[in-house]
Amino acid sequence: MQYWIIQSLNSLALGGLLFLLAAGFSLIFGLMRIANLTHGSLYMLGAYAGATLLAPRPQSLKVFQYFPQVPSIWIAALLGGAFLAVLGGLLERLILRKLAGNALGQVLVTLGISFIVADFCLIVWGGDPISIPTPEALRQPLQVAGLSFPAYRLVVVAIAVVTAAVLYLMMERTRLGAMIRAGVDDMQMARAVGIPVSKLFTTVFCIGAALAGAGGVIGGPIMSAYPGLDADMLPLALIVVILGGIGSLLGAFVGSFLIGAIYTFGTALVPDLAYVILFLPMIVVIAFRPRGLFGRQTV
Amino acid sequence: MTFNRRRFIQATGAGVSAAALPSFARAQGAPIRLGLMTVKTGPLASGGIDMERALVQYLKERDTTMAGRKVELFVGDSGGVPAQSRTKLQELVERDKIQIMIGPLDTASALASDDYIRAQQLLTLSVAAAEDMTQRKPNPWFTRGTSTSSQCAQPLADYCAKTLKYKRMITIADDIAYGHEMCAGFQRVFEDAGGKIVQKLFPPLTVPDYGTYIAQLKTNVDGIFFGFAGSNGFRFYRQFNEYGLRGKIAVVGGMTAFDEAVLRNMGDEALGIITSCWYSAEIENATNKRFAANFRVDWGYDPGFYAAATYVEAAVLDATLQKLNGKIEDKQAFMKTVRAINVDTARGPVRFDHLGNVVGNIYIRKVERKDGRLVNRVIHTYPNVSQFWTYKEAEFLKNPVYSRDWPPAKNLES
Repeated sequence: MQYWIIQSLNSLALGGLLFLLAAGFSLIFGLMRIANLTHGSLYMLGAYAGATLLAPRPQSLKVFQYFPQVPSIWIAALLGGAFLAVLGGLLERLILRKLAGNALGQVLVTLGISFIVADFCLIVWGGDPISIPTPEALRQPLQVAGLSFPAYRLVVVAIAVVTAAVLYLMMERTRLGAMIRAGVDDMQMARAVGIPVSKLFTTVFCIGAALAGAGGVIGGPIMSAYPGLDADMLPLALIVVILGGIGSLLGAFVGSFLIGAIYTFGTALVPDLAYVILFLPMIVVIAFRPRGLFGRQTV
Repeated sequence: MTFNRRRFIQATGAGVSAAALPSFARAQGAPIRLGLMTVKTGPLASGGIDMERALVQYLKERDTTMAGRKVELFVGDSGGVPAQSRTKLQELVERDKIQIMIGPLDTASALASDDYIRAQQLLTLSVAAAEDMTQRKPNPWFTRGTSTSSQCAQPLADYCAKTLKYKRMITIADDIAYGHEMCAGFQRVFEDAGGKIVQKLFPPLTVPDYGTYIAQLKTNVDGIFFGFAGSNGFRFYRQFNEYGLRGKIAVVGGMTAFDEAVLRNMGDEALGIITSCWYSAEIENATNKRFAANFRVDWGYDPGFYAAATYVEAAVLDATLQKLNGKIEDKQAFMKTVRAINVDTARGPVRFDHLGNVVGNIYIRKVERKDGRLVNRVIHTYPNVSQFWTYKEAEFLKNPVYSRDWPPAKNLES
């Protein structure tokens, strides 16, 4: 019984982690119709930013000398998110914009940039894993009735839920959200009625990148920052979004927790399926519901 | 023989064209072309970069000269991808004309290069641990001064059973040949000494989160053996702590699990962990003291497994060349000499068995704090450990190679 409770909590924690990763990816994918393959790299940059701001000093790497240590992971997450938002904006304005209308070209460019980012990180932060300390107050496992579970993971779930709520309100209750929804549903019509789609693209890219960056910082104490983190995370974002439906916030949310549950219970019950367990639900969904569970009907 | 003659003429030609050389120098005067096959990009880069740093240091300390001949170093970066490793090796051999290779780093790359090494008769001093390359499918051009996957795990299992008196243990490692071989060796020795492996776990190499595996761990055991490499052991151990298991299950680790490269990014949670390896930056011998001190000055951290690997291989190469008066061109003589060599290196005395694998000390180490940093202090030494541990070679080789399923685990509890 205990075992199943722990595994259920695990599946929630993984779901939360995945949502923080996939929400931005889904936004960008939905509006701009490009699979932003730098998303894993943005996440990794977020994790490294978190490591740089939070890792205990002294560190032998030079990069740590240029940045002061910040007192809390939440500040680091905000800074990391802001940094990535700027970077994402530049990426969209300076590179993707030039390839507008050429979806394949855009996807290839994002792939190329992800390689550049990976080597950049290797040069700046070296090849060793850097751990991001768990906040002091959340370091002890939470103990209830003989069960112990890492407190930080529960907080990650809470953050994911709050983020989802905020994004939901933004999408459903604000002008920006209405414009994004219009863009997702019918781009040409949106342009025709005077929505500044070009500005919208940059905004959404900034938000998506910021979410990835902040997600990287918050996921840091669990994942650490290491070379290859980008390649580990990108397929997960893809799976969640394909399962949940492109451009759908609800889809990303449900998809994340569904994948978290399938992965956790799948590997616990049938360990030999560990490699395919993540892809099986994706295949089933693609076969029977190509738009994903909550994908919008596009025109 | 044609090959040797061609080599000879080529080398002589190079010597003559250099013109400045006195005629007696001939082939001997041309620099030795040494290739290093390592990994400088991708997830394995941390170790690969250390390999290059230590080798460069070795050469620098000796004025880039071995046995009176200059050494020219060519570095290939495989990215840790076996296919790329093979291509880069071809480039090193056919374009840079290397005469000997140190490397590659990882097992998969070594296996991918196996037939090419044979075809080219390329002298190889390997870092990679692939068991069968010095066991059931020995490569005549292959010599390994580091260890096989299980060579360090076997003594550790002995130590766990006999000194720590563990009875029930779990093994966990990455789901790759290296992890399988290490856990298999550990299991065999531990169970032969009366212990029981009650749980074996192999998470995929790129697993997003170890939570599900940690929740599965049995807690009614004496210890858990970590067979991870690279950043995975580091990540697993952190999560292991977060789930409150530290102190409930004792942790012991294989040769790469708590390497110096990982330790320098860890904190007090690592204190007291016992691991086994053929090296530690704390080994008390003159060679190592100088090596570790110089390395620390240059790079600001302790050398670990990978740095020591090339430093030791370079010492083996150096000693062999001394015996041959620098004559690397005669490959048969080189192989004969290197496999009969007996040399004191940073890891202690090194010699080789007839299959080309090292026989040397294996150290049981414990993580402690010294001068503010974490170190692997040597607490016990198993001298002259061979890849066959204490088993008879013929009997050992009759069994299938260590794998996920061999030796069969009879004591698993569901």
